Amino acid sequence: MLAPRALVLRGPGTNCDHETAHAFERAGGLSRRVHVQALAEKPTVLDDFQIFCIPGGFSYGDDIASGRILALELGQRLGEALRQFHDRGGLILGICNGFQVLLQTGLLLAGPDDGSSRQATLAHNTSGRFVDCWVHLQAEAGRCVFLQGLSRFELPVAHAEGRFVTSTESALEVFDRAGQLVLRYADDDAGRPTNPNGSARDVAGVCDPTGRILGLMPHPERFIEATQHPAWMGRLDPAAEAAGLAVFRNAVRAAGGDAG
Amino acid sequence: MLWEVDVHLREAAAVDLAAAGRDLGLDLSHAHTATGWLVEGELDRSAVERLAARLLTDPVTEVCRVAEVADATLLAPPDVSPSGGLTGGLVLHVLPKPGVTDPAAESARAAMALLGVEAKAVRSLRKYWLPAGVAAEQAAQLAWKRLASEAIHEVVIGKLTLTGLTGGGRWTLVRETVPLDGLDDAALEAISRQRCLALTADELRAVRDHFAAVGRPPFEIELETIAQTWSEHCCHKTLGSPIDHQGPDGHARFDNLLKETVFAATQTVRERLGPDDWCVSVFRDNSGVVRFDGDHDICVKVETHNHPSAIEPYGGAATGLGGVIRDVLGTGHGAKPLANLDVFCVAPLDTPTEEIPPGVIPPPRLLDGVVAGVRDYGNRMGIPTIAGAVAFHPGYLGNPLVFCGTVGIMPRDSADGRVEPGDLVVVAGGRTGRDGIHGATFSSIELSSDSETESGGSVQIGHAIHEKTVTDFVLAAAAERLFHAITDCGAGGLSSAVGEMGAELGAEVDLDTVPLKYAGLSATEVWISEAQERMVLAVAPADWPRLAELARQEGTEATAIGRFTGDGRLVLRWEGETVGDLDCHFLHEGRPRRRLSSRYTPPAETAVTWSIDGADLGGVLLELLGAADVASKEWIIRQYDHEVQGQSVLKPLLGPAAGPADATVIRGALGRPRGIVLGVGLRHHLGPLDPYQMAVGGIIEAVANCIAAGADPARIALLDNFCWGDCRRPESLGTLVEACLGCQDAAIALAAPFVSGKDSLNNVFTWTAADGRQQERSIPPTLLATALGQIADVAHCLSPDLKQPGNRLAIIGLSVGDLAGSQLAVLGRVSGGRVPQVDLAGCRRVFETIHRLATQRLLRACHDLSDGGLAVAAAEMAIGSGLGADLDLAAVPLAATDSPATANDLPRLLTTATTETPGRFLCEVAEADAAAFAASCGEVPWAWLGRVTDHGRLTLRVAEATVADLSVPALDAAWRAPSRAHTGGNC
Repeated sequence: MLAPRALVLRGPGTNCDHETAHAFERAGGLSRRVHVQALAEKPTVLDDFQIFCIPGGFSYGDDIASGRILALELGQRLGEALRQFHDRGGLILGICNGFQVLLQTGLLLAGPDDGSSRQATLAHNTSGRFVDCWVHLQAEAGRCVFLQGLSRFELPVAHAEGRFVTSTESALEVFDRAGQLVLRYADDDAGRPTNPNGSARDVAGVCDPTGRILGLMPHPERFIEATQHPAWMGRLDPAAEAAGLAVFRNAVRAAGGDAG
Repeated sequence: MLWEVDVHLREAAAVDLAAAGRDLGLDLSHAHTATGWLVEGELDRSAVERLAARLLTDPVTEVCRVAEVADATLLAPPDVSPSGGLTGGLVLHVLPKPGVTDPAAESARAAMALLGVEAKAVRSLRKYWLPAGVAAEQAAQLAWKRLASEAIHEVVIGKLTLTGLTGGGRWTLVRETVPLDGLDDAALEAISRQRCLALTADELRAVRDHFAAVGRPPFEIELETIAQTWSEHCCHKTLGSPIDHQGPDGHARFDNLLKETVFAATQTVRERLGPDDWCVSVFRDNSGVVRFDGDHDICVKVETHNHPSAIEPYGGAATGLGGVIRDVLGTGHGAKPLANLDVFCVAPLDTPTEEIPPGVIPPPRLLDGVVAGVRDYGNRMGIPTIAGAVAFHPGYLGNPLVFCGTVGIMPRDSADGRVEPGDLVVVAGGRTGRDGIHGATFSSIELSSDSETESGGSVQIGHAIHEKTVTDFVLAAAAERLFHAITDCGAGGLSSAVGEMGAELGAEVDLDTVPLKYAGLSATEVWISEAQERMVLAVAPADWPRLAELARQEGTEATAIGRFTGDGRLVLRWEGETVGDLDCHFLHEGRPRRRLSSRYTPPAETAVTWSIDGADLGGVLLELLGAADVASKEWIIRQYDHEVQGQSVLKPLLGPAAGPADATVIRGALGRPRGIVLGVGLRHHLGPLDPYQMAVGGIIEAVANCIAAGADPARIALLDNFCWGDCRRPESLGTLVEACLGCQDAAIALAAPFVSGKDSLNNVFTWTAADGRQQERSIPPTLLATALGQIADVAHCLSPDLKQPGNRLAIIGLSVGDLAGSQLAVLGRVSGGRVPQVDLAGCRRVFETIHRLATQRLLRACHDLSDGGLAVAAAEMAIGSGLGADLDLAAVPLAATDSPATANDLPRLLTTATTETPGRFLCEVAEADAAAFAASCGEVPWAWLGRVTDHGRLTLRVAEATVADLSVPALDAAWRAPSRAHTGGNC
């Protein structure tokens, strides 16, 4: 059969599209970078793909708030197309800025797309600043197709607005009990917490009730091979593949492909 | 109608404001802040409320308030907690001045269209509610000291009285002439000053005589064009001049200093390489280009943006980075930016307030500002900022240095952009506004305490997303080969960009067709504006339709504004009328060259004196690790996205415990083994002592950093960035000549060609002291050397962090006990003596030895010995890994003139442990490889010093006597303390 195809969305300010597309290819998929303008002009392009990915970056400069304008644009111009894509079994992945976008479209955590009753957001880090550092993660995949087989692993984060906040404590509890808080910051090997932004319940990533949409702040495409780790030298086999690639392999496999 | 939307956080947390208040003695713990948006247009309340709810407010964390600007409810204390005590207090507004780039507002306006709301204009603002009891002067002081920058903001206390955001009609053509006929030198100089032209009487005389021959007086726009083209910033006015030099070795004459030193070195290296020459395009294009692998070339450029950053650190640094990114994008047929570097030179952060001249931004605020500028621009561009340094010296007070660099990659054999007659002049990217008028000439004038008010118009604010979209557009167009040549609009704006591209062919430009941010710019303003994020392309008319379509798809603007003609004239028009007509030959070749004289007398050597009462080696080592130049820059590095693009291999923080790196390494392309190695060197403390050794030492440091990461010494390209004081003085120019000679000698000795460079002269700050006397301060002569190295397979990179207890440690390279200008001297522990004299041939042998050992896989770790010498290097290797080390200082190979360390002689111990002789490395070697290592080292000076240990301590011995013994956590804490102070302990 043909390898599953991933559409990696790009637009003004998207900047992780190349390496994300590369990660899908390394995982055995085919990928194409498509500009949001081109997709909005011809939403049927989505019919050729099984995976839709919003990669990291600063869409529209993250002006007003991170991901706000791209979320609005997707909602206004592609909302129906994306719902249909998901309904027919498509997978949706949002990484970093893509997570911020997904959350505001209402696709990820239920809520009407006018945002009025949205219950979760990604607010400014408690430190008040952008941070690029490595974190330890603990996955509890449940239904989430992207995290199958993953447990404890490391990835880098790079963001200023990644603090997962809900409007109420009970909303948080509902998401937690529904098994949607699938990825959390964990302690490092010395037992020190690595939550980089002050997220509630250490949330690093969440999935929708079907498990086919995942949004996460850490960057799996930045750890697909050992040499991307800050301490690989003399410790890891430089040719070895790394934890982040599993996310893409899972996606390719769930979309019906051979992920190797 | 003018509406205002205020967006408040539900949980008000004006933490920054509280801190700002504390500094000024105000209790602002209950103050409140909000983001505001002014929206102008024929809009009813429901439309604005829809914008507020759907676009401007986060329903989870924020609430908003909508009213017409004049409405008093906008001043009422917000109804979020805690807001007690704000009733009756002042409200402060900080908003960008009209015409200053406001990226958030531009994005917001565009996004409003998605909701079907067409706003005429939008402006963003910050709003602050202060507690009752804060007086108006205190509020103003708070605003101007902490919240706003005079160059770009306006501050309104109390009600906003604006009625609209737009204004000004189209400019109507006025042709102003500037008669020069019969003017003497004094009158010519007065014209130069009044018009901020930065031209000398000599130069204006040449202009006067040229136009006398033409038979008419110059138009203002022509004079401006000449001033931009002849500015120090745009041509190497000083470095390219004939110079009579009187140096320590006698008299020397240069017809063109730069050509005969730096360029000449490159030429010599290339000739010796013969058919193996790997330089592609050097000192010609916007960046230097060298061979990389079979199908790619790589390019590199480093620029300075000192004066704009002194006045507006955030905007100055951001646009400095934006400019150098465009240099790489505008090389050949376009190159893809891969990585950025930044180096800041600032005054010590603890400079006492009373020593800070009026008008000078205090160093901590300045450094925060430039870091934030690079962060916000680089991160948004998605280009990792992977290398850099911060250097401290009191001489940078009032005149900080901000270096920004970019490395790029392009398909092989696309470095040869060439304009063809008949090509269209196409401007792409951002629109043109009044930003940065006179930036090029401003940077060629010295700074003064009044610069902030005089030159505010020169400060540009960046819009990274415009640059990102124009980058995406250019790279897409380059892939289809839709243009013949490209350059960026930098200093001098269109006048420089079109002028340079059309230097031989000539060009005609219809200035009224240039897209504007707002109406009202004059032809001259359009021509010399330094509005950011613009590229100029030479496009064959047949390719123009496809290029225009590509621009539309990528969401950027591209406009044909003229054409390259072939008649050698630069013709400027406004609505069809000629407003300027210059002879290109005169413009580019007509500048008179003036013979300069320079003198250099080395300062007299003084005796070595020590201040070490009560000190011990361990204590001094902790002082060195915490010294400003040496200490961790983690608080900066972690604010930069240094991993985006996924190609990083050696990051700026390395090892399990995130210790320092020497150089950083990225892959040239995803999934490919060949790597790009980036190192910088700066020996600014040597500048005032010995400019030749400062230059050579900086180059050795930059190269040594690359070598320590595994780079091939036969493939290292260099860049020079000279930042100097007032070179009109023979003594200053003399130090510049000495530094150029150092560059020449080092490049030839290392077979490392210079491929590009830039100079920034006139880094002098003048002010009037409290006693009314005129004061002046020059920066120390500063050369930033950047080394661009290559490694065949990144799997074989070396790193400094220790790997395995039991492994041996060896030093390679000879140590000489010259301590002048060392970190030990900066600490005040020693003074006098000689600066380290570099043995260039010895350094080259050491570099080749390290590379041979690396190729034989005999090195487990490798670290360049730099600031703080051996002791600091050993500590840094331990910090990166958490492992310990045990070293015998008595084993260190010393010059014949030095006596070995003894346990009870602290000066000798400190000398051996901290001397900064360039060209030395500390290496970790597996026990099993010891014999092979010894055999491979051959003739270079080297010695086993000790071993890696598992007890987490750094132990320094002299034979059996322990002379320092510190835990690695203590070393780590000392090294990280200054960085942690910036972040309150967070990473």
